Amino acid sequence: MKIAITAHGDDCHAEVDSRFGRADYFMLYDTEKESWKAIPNTQNVEAAHGAGIQAGQTLAKSGAGILVTGHVGPKAFKVLAAEKISMFSFGDSNGTVEEVLKAMLAGELKSIDIPSGIGVGK
Amino acid sequence: MIISIASGKGGTGKTTLALLLAATRQNITLVDCDVEEPNCHLFLQPKWQDSGREISVMIPHVHQDLCNGCGACSAVCLFNAIAIAGKSALFFDELCHSCGGCLLACQQGAISEVEKPIGVVNTGMASTLSDVRLLNGTLNIGTPSAVPLIKIMKKEVAGLSGEALLDCPPGTSCSMVTAIKNSDYCLLVTEPNSFGRHDLELAMNITSLLKISTGVVINKSDGDLSDESIQSLCDSRNVPVLAKIPHSISFARQYASGIIPDEFRSVAADIWRQIDSERGGKG
Repeated sequence: MKIAITAHGDDCHAEVDSRFGRADYFMLYDTEKESWKAIPNTQNVEAAHGAGIQAGQTLAKSGAGILVTGHVGPKAFKVLAAEKISMFSFGDSNGTVEEVLKAMLAGELKSIDIPSGIGVGK
Repeated sequence: MIISIASGKGGTGKTTLALLLAATRQNITLVDCDVEEPNCHLFLQPKWQDSGREISVMIPHVHQDLCNGCGACSAVCLFNAIAIAGKSALFFDELCHSCGGCLLACQQGAISEVEKPIGVVNTGMASTLSDVRLLNGTLNIGTPSAVPLIKIMKKEVAGLSGEALLDCPPGTSCSMVTAIKNSDYCLLVTEPNSFGRHDLELAMNITSLLKISTGVVINKSDGDLSDESIQSLCDSRNVPVLAKIPHSISFARQYASGIIPDEFRSVAADIWRQIDSERGGKG
C-alpha cells in the first residue's frame, strides 16, 4: 500500500502542507518497502483553474491508495473518489511528514467523507 | 455608434450615467451588460416584448460506455475541465469554456455536445422614458462566466439601427473586457477618492490596450479640490474629463426610489455634444 502525504518539501522531515490541489509536494510512503518518494506538484501550485483535478490525476498515476492531507475541495474529491483513493485529514495541524505518517498508521486521523466548502482552494 | 460605460470600481455611477444619457437622446438602445445584477429595468420599467429568450452554451457529454480512458480529451483541455479518473473521463462543467476541443480530440466518438442554459435575454420599450429600448440580460445563478451571455447580447446590438449605450459590469476582468470591446467610445465613470482613482487607472489600461477612445466622468464630485487626484491622473494619461456630476443628496434620494431624476440632464446633454464632436472630428 502507498500512502501520499501533502508536504512543503521533498523529504519526510518536511512540514506538511494542508492544501491538496496546490500542495508543493506529495510524499509517497510505500508500507511494504518502508521507503519514501517525492512527487513534485509544482505545475499545479500556480494553476488558474482545476488544480485539485490535476493533482487528483497525478496522485492516481502515482499508485497511491491513501491520501493524507488537510482539506480536499469538491472537484478533487470527485476525482479521488472515482479513483477509489481513501482520504484522511490532519486538519489544520502542523508537523512533519514523518509525524503525520505515524499518526496515520496509529489510526489517529479522521477519514474525509465529504469535501470542504465550495470555493475552497480557488 | 456604440458607447460603453464602465468604471473599474463598482458603485461609481455607471447605471446613473447610462440612464441620464438615455434620457437625453432619441432612438437609443440601452444594453444592460451587468448580467450578474442587471438593474436598468428597475428605472425604465419596460414592457417586455415576450417572456425572454433562453441562452445556452454547448458543453461536452461523455458517453461512459464508449470511453476507453485514453486521456486525449483531458490533455487538450486548457482549463482542466476533464479528468481521467476511475478509467474514464470525468467532466466538470463549471470549468468548461465551450471550445469544443475535447470533441475533436476524442477518437472513440465518446463525446457529444449538449446545451447548458446560462441565462435569459429580454427586450422591451421603456415606459418611464420615451423612445428608449432596453436589452436586458440575466445570468443564471451559479453560472461561473458572464462572457458568453454578454457576447450574445452584443451580437444583437450589432444588428440594431441607431445608437446603443452599454451599461458594463464593474471590474476589469473578462466580463468587462468583453462588454467594452469594439465599442466606438468608452466612458469611464469614477468617484473622487483613492479607490475610484485606483480602479479608474486599471480601466484606462484596458481601454488603451483595446485602443478605444475614452473619456472620464467624475460622479459625486465635491468640487475641484476633491477632483484633483482624478484630474491629474487623466492629464497624465491624456484622457479628457468630459463632465462632473455633483454630489447631490436630492439626486441620490430620487435614484434610490427608482426615479431617473431631472437633475443633471444638462450634464448628460453636454457629454453627448462632446462625444458627437469628437466622432464628427474623426470624420
